[in-house]
Amino acid sequence: MTWESVIGIEVHVELSTRSKMFCGCAVEFGAEPNTNTCPVCLGLPGALPVPNRKAIEWIMAIGLALNCEVSERSVFHRKNYFYADLPKGYQISQFDIPVCHDGYLDVTVDGETRRIGIERAHMEEDTGKSTHIGDGGRIHAAESTLLDFNRSGVPLVEVVSRPDIRSAAEARAYAQDLRAVVAELGASDARLEEGSIRFDANVSIRPEGAEGLGTKVEVKNMNSFRSLEKAVDYEIERQITVVEAGGELTQETRHWDEEAGVTHSMRVKEGSSDYRYFTEPDLAPMVMSASWVDEVRVGLPELPAERKARYSDEGLESDLAGVLSASPVEVRDIFDVAVAEGADHRRVANWLVGDVTAWLRRTETDPTKLPLGGKQLAELVEIVDEGVVSSSAAKMVLEGVLQGEGSPREVAKARDLVQISDVSAIEEIVAGVLADNPEAVKSYAAGEQKVVGFLVGQVMRASQGKADPKLVNELLRQKLSS
Amino acid sequence: MPIDIDIAHVARLARLDLTAEELESYKTQLDVILDHATQVQSLEGDPREESAHPLGLVNAFRQDERRPSLDRDEVLSQAPETKDGYFVVPPAMETQ
Repeated sequence: MTWESVIGIEVHVELSTRSKMFCGCAVEFGAEPNTNTCPVCLGLPGALPVPNRKAIEWIMAIGLALNCEVSERSVFHRKNYFYADLPKGYQISQFDIPVCHDGYLDVTVDGETRRIGIERAHMEEDTGKSTHIGDGGRIHAAESTLLDFNRSGVPLVEVVSRPDIRSAAEARAYAQDLRAVVAELGASDARLEEGSIRFDANVSIRPEGAEGLGTKVEVKNMNSFRSLEKAVDYEIERQITVVEAGGELTQETRHWDEEAGVTHSMRVKEGSSDYRYFTEPDLAPMVMSASWVDEVRVGLPELPAERKARYSDEGLESDLAGVLSASPVEVRDIFDVAVAEGADHRRVANWLVGDVTAWLRRTETDPTKLPLGGKQLAELVEIVDEGVVSSSAAKMVLEGVLQGEGSPREVAKARDLVQISDVSAIEEIVAGVLADNPEAVKSYAAGEQKVVGFLVGQVMRASQGKADPKLVNELLRQKLSS
Repeated sequence: MPIDIDIAHVARLARLDLTAEELESYKTQLDVILDHATQVQSLEGDPREESAHPLGLVNAFRQDERRPSLDRDEVLSQAPETKDGYFVVPPAMETQ
């Protein structure tokens, strides 16, 4: 039988507000444990929560960026369960009237674009952070648990997709694109390794073409996009194996073990009614007026998908548009300026995603400190067009510009990279190379055209890369044929 | 209409260790409450709207501003066990 996988993704996004969701404690990654706590986020009796207005604006922005509708009215609920990292015994969350609902994100895998529905985005608070100690930190064998409540009460937005995802690769693409949107908004640091954005996958299988849904398994603990993809792949295979062996699947939560590359059963999932949701009596309902929503909408930056579409409209191929769109804002700004200066879109983009990005990586330079301007890049493209430098010498010119040696024209001159376009000068080098390579000349005479490439290389080397390759080619063929 | 509640399940969710007599007694009391809730449900209007807040208050927000947190020593002084600035609790693995 052929199986189809049905996947939904839940994303938790920690907002980068200055203070927590319901109290004035600082939101600060990496602070000393339990230094950012107060009666509200420690769940002390009698403490009263007051919601952070900025957090509500962030969730509206996230929802709008994901094409959601913003509810006119929304309320908080208490989700009741016992866990040591939840000191109140309930999490303030939302149940049936989330702030945002019914959106989508278009995701492209292998050139095919599919629309993944978003059911809702709701506002809640994060829990404290547990560290299990004893026996190598493994959760099952822990001897005790350490608790840090700095994270308790950090504003958290949960984005729930519809079960529209059909493969592990698509799950990864959805997660990556959603992360890019949130990062673009500046709503979150969105760092997977710090846990400021977290992905859980709901995975089930069904016979291909069937309606209805199979038994759903929630997979947790993936801390990279790669492990998300691997965990989903593993879980699909596991379920198929169980079902094809005549077994039954259990609705449960499974923990991804990165090292072993498998999922382990964690607990049988509580049904929604077991959380005994009820409206949070300590908090007033929220009303999102049309004017407030508009205010947030107007403030949205250009989003990755819009930008990619713009780049495509400007003539970049899809891949190049995608890579550039995902580049740091400083790099993209250079593109916009260079293009405004009249430089060719594709060539500018290729420089940026190629040599410039490689240089940033190699020198471990923060993009905010990138010593390159759009005008300089436009000038670099221009001097290649004018034949002042060859395209290979241009790479060295760029290197010089990035090292602060001056404008591209200045660097070309100072580094002695100006292209030799003088026919007699090149003829001289060509003659020398031919004299040094009589074998190659013989091969050419015997009909071996491909030695021309070798000889061009020799001439370029003899000219230290400065000869105009087109001219070299022309002159070589002339000489060889004469 | 009477609703049959699984009182043992409800007690487990609340982590209450109740005797058989207690379970029976609470079940009787909860039945009365549920009966009342059933009557409320039969009323017109959206109960979510009506019950959301008794004062009709909306949008009671605060600005995103920091306020001083508690002193950590004071916070931890209330805990039975601590280590290096953390609270220490028994292994926090959910048991079935």
